[in-house]
Amino acid sequence: MTTTIAPGTTAVSVRNLRKSFGQNEVLKGIDLDIRQGEVVCIIGPSGSGKSTLLRSLNLLEEPTAGTVLIGETDLTAKGTDINEVRRRVGMVFQSFNLFPHLTVERNITIALERVRGIKGAEARRIAGERLADVGLAQKATARPASLSGGQQQRVAIARALAMAPEIMLFDEVTSALDPELVKGVLNIMTKLAEGGMTMIVVTHEMGFARQVADRVIFMDRGQVVESGTPDAIFNRPESPRLQAFLSEVLT
Amino acid sequence: MGDFLGMFFNWEYIFKVLPDLVLVGLVNTLMLAAAATIIALFIGMLVSMALLSKRRWLRVPAQVYVDVLRGLPTILTIFLIGQGLPYAGFTFLGTSAYPYGIAALGLIASAYTAEIFRSGIQAVHHGQLEAARALGMPYGTAMSLIVVPQGVRNVLPALTNQFISIVKDTSLVYVLGLGIGERELYRIGQDMSQRVGNLSPLVAAGIIYLLITVPLTHLVNWLDRRLRSGKVPVVVEQPADAEPTAQRTFA
Repeated sequence: MTTTIAPGTTAVSVRNLRKSFGQNEVLKGIDLDIRQGEVVCIIGPSGSGKSTLLRSLNLLEEPTAGTVLIGETDLTAKGTDINEVRRRVGMVFQSFNLFPHLTVERNITIALERVRGIKGAEARRIAGERLADVGLAQKATARPASLSGGQQQRVAIARALAMAPEIMLFDEVTSALDPELVKGVLNIMTKLAEGGMTMIVVTHEMGFARQVADRVIFMDRGQVVESGTPDAIFNRPESPRLQAFLSEVLT
Repeated sequence: MGDFLGMFFNWEYIFKVLPDLVLVGLVNTLMLAAAATIIALFIGMLVSMALLSKRRWLRVPAQVYVDVLRGLPTILTIFLIGQGLPYAGFTFLGTSAYPYGIAALGLIASAYTAEIFRSGIQAVHHGQLEAARALGMPYGTAMSLIVVPQGVRNVLPALTNQFISIVKDTSLVYVLGLGIGERELYRIGQDMSQRVGNLSPLVAAGIIYLLITVPLTHLVNWLDRRLRSGKVPVVVEQPADAEPTAQRTFA
């Protein structure tokens, strides 16, 4: 039941999403619609629930209440094949999470084999193409530990893209990188955005959000406080909380 | 001094017992240890999966299994399983005590092995499972291809230690009453010592134990150093009754 999302339609639809860890409610009723091909950056102070929201979109966090639709598929409905949905939603993590016991190429082909059923030469061809996309075709046989952080993160992006996802989630993917390695990763994400990928990006890189995002969402204390074009968010912030946040991060 | 040397290092008795020690005793000791190890690895892996399960009805019985078998003296358990099962009518392993000894040793070691596997798997960064699941792998696939191989690598030193323990514990199965050709190192040394009224045959048996265990101990140390320098999570040497300590390092 692979439902491809038609252009211009809603890729992600979140309604009244709530998430509590014990007594602590970190998402307090989020509503969010993301169009196919849209690039949305989520900004906000740490602890605002950005990452939890992102991780709810592929059910790495189980919502306490509310619904999440990926295309037409209701994530929390009984009988939903979560593995099939996750195949369609790529995710890149802050800590890369490459599989250290496998080569770079095997990091990519293992999921192609086990999830998409693509084996052997065809799997290696796809892995090679995605690695070339991120400028690391020559690293196919290397172990992750021998790569720089920036290279590891680019492999992680290639690995997610090899699954041919409809949506890509990025969870603070440059936060663990040395400053000089950030740009290479952001350039790849910019290229991906220009190629029409639907992207949801939790980030502290305000420059990236300003230049690449179609829409910027500001979250604080478990709520979406403000949402708008990068121009509106960064140049004409309305809420005092966003104004305070921007004055903290932009100086 | 001559009496002392004569009691423990009488070369005549040592050479007299040596053919039996090597051709019968050593072979049986290694066969008992190898067979028990296979059982311990297999059941230990299953039990460790149950220990790590979210489901209480799997976790609680597994914990009871581990607690009971680790908490009882080895010789008591060998008796209960090795003598008790046939007495109670469970004669499916035949009439020889040998297979019951293997089963007893294997089950006892499986409790320790389950704890070793559990600690090794828990030392694998949770991001590994998340990344695999986010690619769309089902839980079982993600565990068997991504998490468990790294966890096992972490505990190779502890597993080798466990094998050393099993080798030494094979000396206890004599309590089940083994046939002449089924005797292991200790029993052969002991029988001859009693017959000639001199401890040298037992010393000879001891030397053969040391020839097995001391190199293995050094293998453990070498593995441990290598894994540490490889900057992967390492679960260090596990004394039989202590909880293993996990040390996590990242590249």
